[in-house]
Amino acid sequence: MAEVLVLVDHVDGEIKKNTYEMLTAARRLGEPAAVVVGTPGTAAKLAEGLAAHGAEKVYVAESDDAVNYLSTPQVDALAALVERVSPPAVLIAAGADGREVAGRLAVRTNSGWLNDLVEVDGQREGTHSIFGGAFTVQSRATTDTAVISWRSGSIEIEENAGAGTQENVEVPAIDEAKSAKVSNRAPIVGGDRPELTEANVVVAGGRGVGSADNFNVVETLADSLHAAVGASRAAVDSGYYPNQFQVGQTGKTVSPQLYIALGISGAIQHRAGMQTSKTIVAVNKDPEAPIFEIADFGVVGDLFSISPQLTEEVGKRSS
Amino acid sequence: MNIVVLIKQVPDTWSERTLSDSDKTLDRASSDAVLDEINERAVEEALKIKEAGDAEVTVLTVGPDRATDAIRKALSMGADKAVHVNDEAIHGSDAVTTAKVLAKAVGTVGDVDLVLAGNEATDGRSGAMAGMLGEILGWPSLTHANSLTVENGTASVKRETDEGTCDVTASLPAVVSVGEKINEPRYPSFKGIMAAKKKPVSALGISDLGLEAGEVGLAGSLVQVDSFAPRPPKSGGQKVEDEGDGGQKIAEFLVGQKLI
Repeated sequence: MAEVLVLVDHVDGEIKKNTYEMLTAARRLGEPAAVVVGTPGTAAKLAEGLAAHGAEKVYVAESDDAVNYLSTPQVDALAALVERVSPPAVLIAAGADGREVAGRLAVRTNSGWLNDLVEVDGQREGTHSIFGGAFTVQSRATTDTAVISWRSGSIEIEENAGAGTQENVEVPAIDEAKSAKVSNRAPIVGGDRPELTEANVVVAGGRGVGSADNFNVVETLADSLHAAVGASRAAVDSGYYPNQFQVGQTGKTVSPQLYIALGISGAIQHRAGMQTSKTIVAVNKDPEAPIFEIADFGVVGDLFSISPQLTEEVGKRSS
Repeated sequence: MNIVVLIKQVPDTWSERTLSDSDKTLDRASSDAVLDEINERAVEEALKIKEAGDAEVTVLTVGPDRATDAIRKALSMGADKAVHVNDEAIHGSDAVTTAKVLAKAVGTVGDVDLVLAGNEATDGRSGAMAGMLGEILGWPSLTHANSLTVENGTASVKRETDEGTCDVTASLPAVVSVGEKINEPRYPSFKGIMAAKKKPVSALGISDLGLEAGEVGLAGSLVQVDSFAPRPPKSGGQKVEDEGDGGQKIAEFLVGQKLI
C-alpha cells in the first residue's frame, strides 16, 4: 500500500491534536507515515503517540537548523520524501505555518494543493468548507501527489496501532540565499486553556459583554467546561479581548462540538467563523438577534445572570 | 530600490458571496468588490520605504477589468505605476497556477528587489501566496510581518502569527507578506487622486508573460473542482425567555445532548 505522508504538527516536541486527525485521515488513503521535522531528540518524544494513532513509519528529519529557518526545513524534508516514495497525498496542518509549507511544497513538486480540507475519502476527493461554512466544495488534485492542508477539528481521531518504525532521513543543507533565518522564537503558550481552533468547546463573548473586566464572566464559564475563550470582532475592536481570540471572517474559524455565544448578535462576519460548530447555544438580550437563527438552544436574557448560573450548574454536574 | 506590491480585488466580506454555477469558480460579479484591506497596508509599507529613501513602487494585480478600481486606489495612495495582468484565460486558476502567473508578471518589472503582499486575502484565504511566489522566484519569503526594515541588502521583519512571534531576516531580493498590525494605511489625498489618473498602467495578457492558454486557468490548474453545494441552512432550535432559570435551562439542554 502506498505511503501517505503526514507532517507532524508540534511545538518544540509538544504534539498538536491535529496530527492525530491527519493520521486518521491518511489511513483512508494508504499507509500513514509521519514526518517529524525538529531539533535532535524531537521524534523520540513523539514516537509513541504517533504509533498509537496509526503511523506505520516515522521519518525523522532532525537538525539544529530545523527551528532556525522559516518553513524551508519542512519543505526540503517533505520534497525529498515526495520524490522518494511518490505518496498519493501529503497532509499538513492548515495553520499559518502549515499552509506556507503546503503552498511551497505544492509549487516545488508541481502538485495540486487542496487547502483547508475538512474531509477526504479513499478516492482522494476532498471537501472544503468555504465562506465560513456557507458552501461545501468537493475537489481533487489531478497530479500524482495531492498536497492537503487539514483543518483542525474536522474529524474524530481514531486510535489505531501502527508499527511506528523510525527511519532517519538526510536533512538537506539550507540554501542561505533562498531562505529566511529565524531568531527570537516565542511560540504562543495558551496557558491552561485549550487552543481556540483545537478546542472541543468554545465560549465566546461579544459586544454585550460590555467591558474587558466583564470578560471574566466568559472566562469563568469557559474554565468550568474546559473550553477555549473566543470573542467577536465587535468585542475585539472595542478592546475587550485580544485579537488572537477573534472568531469570524477576519479571525479564526472554529468548529467545536459546542459553541456558546454570550452577548453576540451574530453578524454574518461572526457566523462565518463558527456556524459549522456541531451545537450552538446563544444568550442575548435581543430576541431578534440573528445568532438565534442558527442556535440549537437560545435564551433571551441577561448574560450576567445566566452565565454564572450555568457555570454553577456545570460545576454541580462535574463534581 | 525597485518594489512591487501585489494587490487584489476581493468580494466585500460584508456582502453575500457565492460561486458560479457554470464553472464552479468564485462569482465575482455578484458581490461588491473592494481593494483587500491588507493590500492597502502592503502599499503603505512600500510608500514608507520610498519616502525614507529612493524607491520606485509598482503595483501588480491579476484580475478582470474592474480590478482597475483597486489599481487606481493604490496609485492614488502614491504608488508610481501599475501592471495589470488581465486575460480571460487566467480565470479559474488555482493557487499554484496563480503563483506562476504572478512570478512571470514580477519578471516584467525588471530587477526587482522586494515584493510586498498582504498575508492573506479574505476570499481565497490560502495565506501562502508570498511563500509560493518566493519558491518559484528562488527568493526567501518573510511572512506575516508586523514590522519591516530594509537596509544593506537585507530585509528584517517581526513575524506574528497565531502560533507565535519571531524575528526573520533574509537577503534581498525577497518576498514579504504583511500582517494587519504593520501600519495604518493613508487615505488618498485629492492631489493623489488627480495624479493617479496620469500614472502609467500597463495591461498585459498571458502571451506577454510567455505563457500559453493551456498553462493557466482551469486548464492549467492542478486541482479540479468537482461540485459545490450551499450548506443546508442551519435552522434555529429552541428559543426561550429567561425567567431566572436560563442557566439551568441551558444546563438541561447540554445534559440532554450529552455535552456535559
